[in-house]
Amino acid sequence: MSQFLQQMINGLSLGSIYALIALGYTMVYGIIKLINFAHGDIYMLGAYVAFITTTYFGFSFFPAMIASMVVCGILGVIIERIAYKPLRHATRIAALITAIGVSYVLEYTTQYVMGSEVKTYPTLLSSATFTLGPVTVSMQQIYIFAITIFLMIALQLIIKKTKMGRAMRAVSVDEDAAKLMGINVDTTISFTFLLGSSLAGVAGILVGIYYNSIDPLMGMVPGLKAFIAAVFGGIGSVPGAMIGGLFIGIAETMVVAYGSSLYRDAIVYLILILILIIKPDGLLGKNQREKV
Amino acid sequence: MPKQLLCKENLAWLGSAIVIFVVCSLLMNAGIINSYYQITLYNICINIILAVSLNLVIGICGQFSLGHAGFMCIGAYCAGIVTKMMPNFGGFMIGLLIGFVISAIVALIVSIPTLRLKGDYLAIATLGFAEIIRIVVQNMEITNGAAGLSGIPRLTTWPLLLAGVVISLIVVCNFTRSAPGRACLSIREDEIASEAMGINTTRYKVIAFVIGAILASMAGALFACNFYVINPTQFTFNRSIDILVMVVFGGMGSMTSSVIAAAAIGVLNMILQNFSDIRMIIYGLALVIIMIFKPSGLLGTREFSFKKLLNRRKEK
Repeated sequence: MSQFLQQMINGLSLGSIYALIALGYTMVYGIIKLINFAHGDIYMLGAYVAFITTTYFGFSFFPAMIASMVVCGILGVIIERIAYKPLRHATRIAALITAIGVSYVLEYTTQYVMGSEVKTYPTLLSSATFTLGPVTVSMQQIYIFAITIFLMIALQLIIKKTKMGRAMRAVSVDEDAAKLMGINVDTTISFTFLLGSSLAGVAGILVGIYYNSIDPLMGMVPGLKAFIAAVFGGIGSVPGAMIGGLFIGIAETMVVAYGSSLYRDAIVYLILILILIIKPDGLLGKNQREKV
Repeated sequence: MPKQLLCKENLAWLGSAIVIFVVCSLLMNAGIINSYYQITLYNICINIILAVSLNLVIGICGQFSLGHAGFMCIGAYCAGIVTKMMPNFGGFMIGLLIGFVISAIVALIVSIPTLRLKGDYLAIATLGFAEIIRIVVQNMEITNGAAGLSGIPRLTTWPLLLAGVVISLIVVCNFTRSAPGRACLSIREDEIASEAMGINTTRYKVIAFVIGAILASMAGALFACNFYVINPTQFTFNRSIDILVMVVFGGMGSMTSSVIAAAAIGVLNMILQNFSDIRMIIYGLALVIIMIFKPSGLLGTREFSFKKLLNRRKEK
């Protein structure tokens, strides 16, 4: 039982990181119906920005986090403007192929500039651990939880309470109607990319601290898992992404703990296929009928 | 035009295949195509089969599959395992057939639930299935796990390879012109409309998907028996993207362009061999630029055809 609880804690911290990435997917998909394949690479870049600022400029944890949020956010907006905006009314396949192209460019440019070897992350947070009854919680895990929950609440407030959040929701329901109501659709979409990408930047630094190592191709698999988390929770739904992320994180940790670590990726894809067959709209998604 | 097997255009195609075969054989014997160029040529042929088979699924049927590497993986491992036990041509054929059967069954299992999905969901689901295939292969005894198979006899020969290319082209082109092929084209254009016209969309999508999978497994078998060594890391998501790049460059829906794109990318890969990072950046940029400026690909859906060429000459 104590091992189960311990795995639960580990799964929750991994899941929070997935949830942060999943939010970017879910917001972008909700607003322009695009699977932003490059999102996982934005998260990778977030890890690299934090690595560079802490190693070469001696930043501490929070300034490095802000730096990667800013860089990733701006990068997300640039990518949207250059690559996705011209294709907003093209077929979905065209947009998806573009996203794959952007992802390749980000990965291999990073590899070209920073080298393909694995980099060891500097220790930014104390590695102290606390024993709470049967389980041990590390300081890093507490930071990961706290930051994730704080950002989730902030995001919910932005979406529900601010003018921009209302514009985002309006555009995701009906772009043309939103335009007629005087909403600047381009700015709203850029803002969505800004929010999603900066959250991915945070996830990048958190994962660097958690696993202690980063490499240029690290974004692909967690990116896909986060997307699966978003689908699981119901794509387009912010609480859904949170639940999906935590679920995927726990499922993966449990498979490693009680099954075989070789199947840790397979279980996630299996969850995806099952959810797509059983309930393609996800747990909290709305059932949308296709109109002819 | 009466349906004749030996009409002018078919003879022209047969003639051009023989010319390519003879010219390349002579060049190889004369040593002008040395072993270095030969690897490129073999790679191009394998890539043509892969591109044509993926084009059938994406370009003709309009179903966006990102899992082609999985079927290639099945074919490669079946051929590798059987030819290690029976290192002769018969072994290769048995391996090939086993690969066909397994990949067809897997494609059926994969396609029936996933082909109900549309567009990007389908892409992710097929991607997931291909990864599952790879992970299963990675964890099996018979496939020697992550280390992969080595010492596979080199049975892929130039005649065999060209035969593979020709067969896959004939299969795909004739399928496109058959009644199920027309049904697939109508699904690509508008799924709801073709369903309303009484087309069993799921059935035709499954047919196209299974044929694509079988051809991919053939490419995998030729691949395994050409490179001695196979391991699961050769069949990742990146391999599927490589094939996709060829299909997209050429133009989705045109087999001629898939052949040309596969050849062009094969040559490009050879030139940029020592700059693999830059090569990937160029691919990525090219995907974005093509999608923005010419989403139909370089050739669109145009096909090269001897029939038109002959007719044009007749009119003159």
